[in-house]
Amino acid sequence: MLHLSLFLIFGAICITGAINLLVQRHPINSALSLVVVMGSLAVEYLLLGAEFVAAVQVIVYAGAVMVLFVFVIMLLNAGEEEQTSGSRVAILFGIPGMIIGSVLLAWVLVARSGTGEVALGALPGSPRSIARLLFRDFLLPFEVTSVLVLIAIMGAVVLAARPEAVEHTKKEG
Amino acid sequence: MVPLNYYLLLSGFLFACGVAGFLIKRNIITIFMSIELMLNGVNLSFVAFAAHWHALSGQIFVFFVMVVAAAEAAVGLAIIIAVYRTRETLNVDQVNLLKL
Repeated sequence: MLHLSLFLIFGAICITGAINLLVQRHPINSALSLVVVMGSLAVEYLLLGAEFVAAVQVIVYAGAVMVLFVFVIMLLNAGEEEQTSGSRVAILFGIPGMIIGSVLLAWVLVARSGTGEVALGALPGSPRSIARLLFRDFLLPFEVTSVLVLIAIMGAVVLAARPEAVEHTKKEG
Repeated sequence: MVPLNYYLLLSGFLFACGVAGFLIKRNIITIFMSIELMLNGVNLSFVAFAAHWHALSGQIFVFFVMVVAAAEAAVGLAIIIAVYRTRETLNVDQVNLLKL
């Protein structure tokens, strides 16, 4: 009962944040409502017994990634988005598309109601068991991920650098 | 006890919101945030299925998705900065040429 009520409360917060992201016109408001969505999703992960994933969600997503977003919004001084004829066409197709998609998903999921239940703390997702799996069975993907992050860092530096700075570095050797 | 379907409904709704935001938003940063919303919806279904099938590897995949999303955010925002530097706009309707 407690599990269900906590799920419903934070699910409602999550849905409100997601809708607010769509409704707000200013990017900074959208970014802050995305933080709300990510924070309440972290609680949902905790309810599922995934402590490690919840912690990473708060640290990486709600922390690092969103700071990056807010930083870029403030760096570029992004204002309210203006309506164009293209955006009206997009609203014309986007909103019905979203409603149809949601209804189809809900219909499929409710029709297949025999998929069972999830109990509170059904799966011990403690850092110890996660680490055992990550560094033993998934060692190769983990190492490949580190290469990916390295490439992403270099790509971000090259893309975001000013062209003059790149030229200067080339001359320096 | 919460039925697995509730979690899947929530994750499906988040994904649908992400798709709708991707379609209706004109600001390139907000479009990027909608992609993050879609990734979050998928992550929730991963964790819910991991708890349902008692398979921890689902949570490992969430970890990988988060790493890829963080890398993608860094590169994507760098691309947005580069686009803004050349076009002076964040509106995707006005970004219609690959090369100026």
